[in-house]
Amino acid sequence: MPELSIDGRKVNVPEGTTVIEAAEQLGIFVPRYCYHPGLSTAGNCRMCMVDVENSPKPQIACNLPATEGMVVETESEQARKDRAAVLEFLLANHPLDCPVCDQAGECDLQNYYMSFGLYDPRFGEQKVKKQKAIEVGPHVMLDQERCILCSRCVRFTDEITKTGEFGIFNRGDRAEVGLYPGETLDNPYSANVVDLCPVGALTERSFRFKARVWYLSSTESVCGGCSRGCNTELHHVSNRPHLNDGERLLRVKPRHNPDVNQWWMCDEGRYGHDWIDVDRLGEVRRRTDEASRRQVESTWEAALDGVGTALSAGGARVGVIASAELTNEDLFCLREVLGAHLGARIALPPAPAGGTSDDFLIRPDKTPNRKGATLLGIPDAATPSAEALVDAAIAGELDVLWVFGHDLVELVGAEKTRAAAVGECLLVYSGTNDHATVSLAHWVLPSAAAVEQDGTFVNCDGRVQRVGRALAPYGDSRENRRFLLEIAARTGTPAREDWNGPAGVFATMAEAVGSFAGMSYESIGDQGAHSAPSEALAEAEQS
Amino acid sequence: MAVKVVQRPQLTFWEKLYIPQILCGLRITFRHFFRNLFLHIAHRFGRKTDVRAGVTYQYPEELRPLFSRLRTRHRLMVRGNGAPRCVGCMLCETVCPAKCITIVPAEHPDPDVEKFPVRFDINLGVCVYCGYCVEVCPEDAIRMDTGILDIAATSREAMKLDLHELMNPELRKPVAACGLDFPHQCGVHGGELRGSWEETLAALTHPE
Repeated sequence: MPELSIDGRKVNVPEGTTVIEAAEQLGIFVPRYCYHPGLSTAGNCRMCMVDVENSPKPQIACNLPATEGMVVETESEQARKDRAAVLEFLLANHPLDCPVCDQAGECDLQNYYMSFGLYDPRFGEQKVKKQKAIEVGPHVMLDQERCILCSRCVRFTDEITKTGEFGIFNRGDRAEVGLYPGETLDNPYSANVVDLCPVGALTERSFRFKARVWYLSSTESVCGGCSRGCNTELHHVSNRPHLNDGERLLRVKPRHNPDVNQWWMCDEGRYGHDWIDVDRLGEVRRRTDEASRRQVESTWEAALDGVGTALSAGGARVGVIASAELTNEDLFCLREVLGAHLGARIALPPAPAGGTSDDFLIRPDKTPNRKGATLLGIPDAATPSAEALVDAAIAGELDVLWVFGHDLVELVGAEKTRAAAVGECLLVYSGTNDHATVSLAHWVLPSAAAVEQDGTFVNCDGRVQRVGRALAPYGDSRENRRFLLEIAARTGTPAREDWNGPAGVFATMAEAVGSFAGMSYESIGDQGAHSAPSEALAEAEQS
Repeated sequence: MAVKVVQRPQLTFWEKLYIPQILCGLRITFRHFFRNLFLHIAHRFGRKTDVRAGVTYQYPEELRPLFSRLRTRHRLMVRGNGAPRCVGCMLCETVCPAKCITIVPAEHPDPDVEKFPVRFDINLGVCVYCGYCVEVCPEDAIRMDTGILDIAATSREAMKLDLHELMNPELRKPVAACGLDFPHQCGVHGGELRGSWEETLAALTHPE
């Protein structure tokens, strides 16, 4: 355990730790371009140079192992001069097109110039001209002029995805990053190179010129694209509807979580958020004519009264097709209000087969919260299949069939769906997006998306993670939790005052469900926390 | 804070006499009257034309000279090929304290320009004429030097300028036809882009 001193402060680090990591432990930031904790050390940008006592030359902190008694200065006059000089070299051929560069505002060249540069430019020569706006793949745009050759993207494709599309070609000031001949940057994790790129050389094509980064608000969230639950940051704009064609969610970025996704996320999850702003259900609808199944816009009051009356009729037989896209809080409300009190049979359709997967992050189950549903006892002990419930509805054995999110046509086919819709059974649909089942329902209750209502998901490893509330509910849609509580009030379920808000529901759930025992939103934090493993749960139940 | 006592001015005996003061005032009135009478007659005979007769500007027939730094209605500078000089960096939209600027940028066919605005609106009903947009512009693409002060409209909608009026300050609403030959969104075209990318590419990279 060598002990070294950085800027006069002592720190003990394990053998083999580099100086930049040791400085990080002390909270001292050393500027860097090529160094990334998730990649191998390249040591080519020279930005992290520090002063080391008894060393004739400045050393790069990213590739310098900490040794016993080492004395490092990151803020000495010499270190400052070294960094400014390195930055001047890096910026010598960098175009000054910040006004049209999407990286502007989150660019390390801009930031470090303001913090560590502030020199007067001396480069009077012609800058080297290279290719701009090259589409290197379906998601990534390359600008070779802006590249500072840190090689992070090259190392990412070599070491993480092992697809090796990128390389650095030519020498000197003609050196440029590019694809090997015949290659396209189309691996399933390709857009991570955009996050890695410290400058504006690699930018996202889907975000290109959509907004300036300083317009974006950021919310910590979890990806709902598969059961992995990669930690994400959602970037959204609410007060400038002319941007991005009115879509509020502009982009998704991975958030570091060493236990789930490290620094990365897949393209499928990153670009799978269009449904949040496109084809959304924004109004309550009611079927007015049984013969033509025509629907008209209605109000929440009427819908809740209508559904509430049907549910509270004596001996109403209720079936619920739940969805693994719902948060734990929604599922818990659903279980308590519809399952426990009204005796509904709750089905949970299994994940469709054939989902892509790999041995890194992507999981075959494309729903984010199947594990959470299982922990909450959904589907119920009898585990009815969705098809069995629809059959029961057709046969007149159900009075109300409430479908959450799922398209029945996909689950049981168009014929049975139509048969269920024309029968005596009241078909209630609540979900976020428009599809075939919606137009067949008696009542359509628009739900808010998970990122519009906060809550938790449990990922495939049993880790409970906060979804976060990034946006306001779309149109007239409401949180599932909220209208289920309204239904509870109308069907005579004992009202729970402490369920106002997701944190209140979670607290009740933590008391009622062993897997969540002792957890709260505070203890989950921004990195998530493990639900109690099933063995421990079994022991707790025995004792 | 120290208090400064200000004495009210006291009228002198001469001022209290009242009549002489009225005569003093009338002296100024008559001086202007006879000066203008003389000068107007002299101007009729083509004399003394370099001396201005009245102090009143006969607005709107006669406009007051404007100082060169006065901030007046905005205009967007135009490149040689008819496209706006603006690169759509949205710094003016960002800095605008009244939030009266709306820009929608798009990909320019020329990779050296990269970005240009397909929509650029300024709501003059909201604008406070601070001139920050001019100061912040890295391309000198927006200026407030049209000298247009008489901005009036019968609706709030009509106070909004779009690319047409901004690029050509001669235009006054209502704009009947669209004369801009690059793809953009404008009220005249119902927000539709005009022309295909291929046509635009040809027109912008090889102007005839």
